[in-house]
Amino acid sequence: MSTISAVAAHDDHHGPEKGLLRWVKTTNHKDIGTLYLWFAFSMLLLGGAFAMGIRAELLHPGLQLMEPQFFNQLTTMHGLIMVFGAIMPAFVGLANWLIPMMIGAPDMALPRLNNWSFWILPFAGAILLSTFFMEGGAPAFGWTFYAPLSTSFAPDSTDFFIFAIHLLGFSSIMGAINIIATVLNMRAPEMRLMDMPLFVWTWLVTAFLLIGAMPVLAGAVTMMLTDRNFGTAFFDATGGGDPVLFQHIFWFFGHPEVYIMILPAFGVISHILPTFARKPLFGYSSMVYATASIAFLSYIVWAHHMFLTGMPVAAELYFMYATMLIAVPTGVKVFNWVATIWKGSMTFETPMLWALSFVMLFTIGGFSGLMLGIVPADIQYHDTYFVVAHFHYVLVTGALWGIIAAVFYWLPKWTGRMYNETLGKVHFWWAVISVNVVFFPQHFLGLAGMPRRIPDYSLQFADFNYISSIGAFAFGLSFVLFTYIVVDCIRNGKPADSRPWYSAKGLEWTLSSPAPYHSFNTPPSRADILAESQHS
Amino acid sequence: MKQLLTLTGAITALMSSKAAIAEYGLNMTKGVSTISGDIYSLHMMVFWVCLAIGVVVFGAMFYSIINHRKSKGVKAAHFHESTTVEFIWTGIPILILVAMAIPASKVLIDAEVLDKADMTVKVTGHQWKWQYDYPEEGIGFMSNLAQSSRDATKLDDKPENYLLEVDKRLVLPVDTKVRFLITSNDVIHSWWVPAFAVKQDANPGFINDAWAEITEEGTYRGQCAELCGKDHGYMPIVVDVISKDAFATWVTEQQADKAAAAASATKTWYEDELFANGETIYNANCSGCHQKDGSGIPGVFPAMKGSNITNGPAADHLNIVINGKGGMPSFKMLGDADLASVITYERRAFGNNGSVVQPSDVTSAR
Repeated sequence: MSTISAVAAHDDHHGPEKGLLRWVKTTNHKDIGTLYLWFAFSMLLLGGAFAMGIRAELLHPGLQLMEPQFFNQLTTMHGLIMVFGAIMPAFVGLANWLIPMMIGAPDMALPRLNNWSFWILPFAGAILLSTFFMEGGAPAFGWTFYAPLSTSFAPDSTDFFIFAIHLLGFSSIMGAINIIATVLNMRAPEMRLMDMPLFVWTWLVTAFLLIGAMPVLAGAVTMMLTDRNFGTAFFDATGGGDPVLFQHIFWFFGHPEVYIMILPAFGVISHILPTFARKPLFGYSSMVYATASIAFLSYIVWAHHMFLTGMPVAAELYFMYATMLIAVPTGVKVFNWVATIWKGSMTFETPMLWALSFVMLFTIGGFSGLMLGIVPADIQYHDTYFVVAHFHYVLVTGALWGIIAAVFYWLPKWTGRMYNETLGKVHFWWAVISVNVVFFPQHFLGLAGMPRRIPDYSLQFADFNYISSIGAFAFGLSFVLFTYIVVDCIRNGKPADSRPWYSAKGLEWTLSSPAPYHSFNTPPSRADILAESQHS
Repeated sequence: MKQLLTLTGAITALMSSKAAIAEYGLNMTKGVSTISGDIYSLHMMVFWVCLAIGVVVFGAMFYSIINHRKSKGVKAAHFHESTTVEFIWTGIPILILVAMAIPASKVLIDAEVLDKADMTVKVTGHQWKWQYDYPEEGIGFMSNLAQSSRDATKLDDKPENYLLEVDKRLVLPVDTKVRFLITSNDVIHSWWVPAFAVKQDANPGFINDAWAEITEEGTYRGQCAELCGKDHGYMPIVVDVISKDAFATWVTEQQADKAAAAASATKTWYEDELFANGETIYNANCSGCHQKDGSGIPGVFPAMKGSNITNGPAADHLNIVINGKGGMPSFKMLGDADLASVITYERRAFGNNGSVVQPSDVTSAR
């Protein structure tokens, strides 16, 4: 982390504190963004290590490495760590670094809250991970923790899991409040809402999703807590409750959560494609409206995760239609991206490669999502590897791809140095090939009938599982190279210009590289804002 | 670019000979029920629509990537807005979606609505086995993972139908509308037989229904589809579909077996008889949690070995097994003789020194 202090060294009138305490006490949006990103990256490696364990066990049929109970702990923790530890904090980190710079603000609106919302995370993560060492082991009921498996039938460590989820929820809600307050109050006075770059727009919408969804999750885990310890029966039929109620509450959080993890990535892609196509983003305002429509629809489709719970036909029909409707604004986004690069003058630097492959691979995930929304077909797809393939295409080659694209795109601005372009390209091709080897065969496994979350499988699934596991090891290894590229950039990279991508637009590029400790001490003028806006 | 190659490879594979599909299991099964074929066709229709959209969108992207590059000296255009094209690519997807929704709704209603069933089977999920009851015929039994699969999890040599074989199969008649009433005794399970296109969650305390009319005789296999704890991967479903005549004979046999079992419950058994029968039942029903050697899993599943229950008064032991306690399900669906056997086994094996329990003790404890 000490290398990051190079970022601040250029600022001579109001620099950061010296020493480690700087990171504990900091209220600076860049320091906190850095903390978030490193935390998310370490969680990504840990969650990835769990995935390696899962794929190693699934390399061959039979039980070679672990007992089924431990396998279930790994799948559960892999999901929880990736969702709450890696993807969400990484996007909050990007928001911290970028939003003040993009809207011409000096810092976030609520800097102390910002510090607190980060510093909750390591403790929540530690509590969650400590359950591995408790009697009865870590939670083993999947990241969706359906009752009653997570209530009456769960190990004692579940109460620690509940506490960790509560803490993660506090952190997310505070982060979201901060982002809304910053975007609405701290914009340069001359910047109107429809002047804002798309990353800011998508994050503003995401923040509202977080404020709507996270308290619902808190409600779900609180009901679990009282069911487990205080004799209530929200999810227990013998006391008049209903286990399906849990799923309704969980997915009322869970579906917006899916868009919380993808909307900011949409924003990132909408920055990168215009830069390297040397052409303005196509359909700026329709992108904003599509983002808002997706966010609205995300609240009214939750039960498409529950088609087999015994819903009435009328409800199934409604949730099918509403789900299919999401394809419309999502399609608009994809079409707009294609129109953005159409007749551009493209070059293929590393961020562009990640962004282009995002558009394709996310679209494949969108197709399988549409297929899953067709209820009768979902009877066969539900809870199989087809679903696993689907959500990894949208979360790995969607959300994670957006994060990696953002890291390469803004790394020169953050560090003041350029990464190694050759290594960046090698890493990209390595990752994009291996990730498809991991997840594409899982479509076939699901269609052929392999249920998800099983530690062992019958022999007809052996070939594709073998391929998928080999791909997983290769994909996992690619992150060693990624780590090297980032560290090498921070330590040895060539100095970067303030606008290292000459065709890039955005107020962040008007600042020096690395960006000064306080972004804008005087707000940018209307002329600057218009010159750097995405829709001119 | 590579991802499109992968996709193309997959499509080529999908379009190649039908035999290859069956052999490598690349695609959904057409199945053998009156609904499964419709679901398969719907799946393929949606797949082809997605593929067509994919060809258009990715085609445009690749055309652009290949031709609109700076290295070819292309100057970037500057258009960035068109209400007309935005309308077009909002409108066309809506039309495509409506065209997909109409057949999807029709198949859904066919799959979900059943006017009158010819027979009923009650399916109850347990951690980690299925219970099948034929309420009209008055018979019922448990269906566990076959011992051959259980023994082979850590061996290189796997038996035929590894993890997809049971000790007692569900038997159904062909060309009969069967209503499945699906529920659970503990956590949520999901009863899935791909060939019937039946997958339905088994919720504790509630009964869901599903139905199938199977048009071909044969053996069909499936698995639990909802994570239900440690041995979620080890509770397969095997269904024998036989002719109506053969089914009638099978029912008569089962009813006779049931009567014989009731008779044996009234006699007094020798300890070694109880012990031998109990070992089989223990390994099939109890060893999943309490382990084959009775050691349990500390903090989750109590040990049988040296426990106060297995070495203490028989009444407490009977009470727990018959009525359940906390995470421990009730096993009252087992017959008196089987319960007496398994309780005796638990009290006498693993170095335990509890008393022998007779079927008559179970009868009076119920």
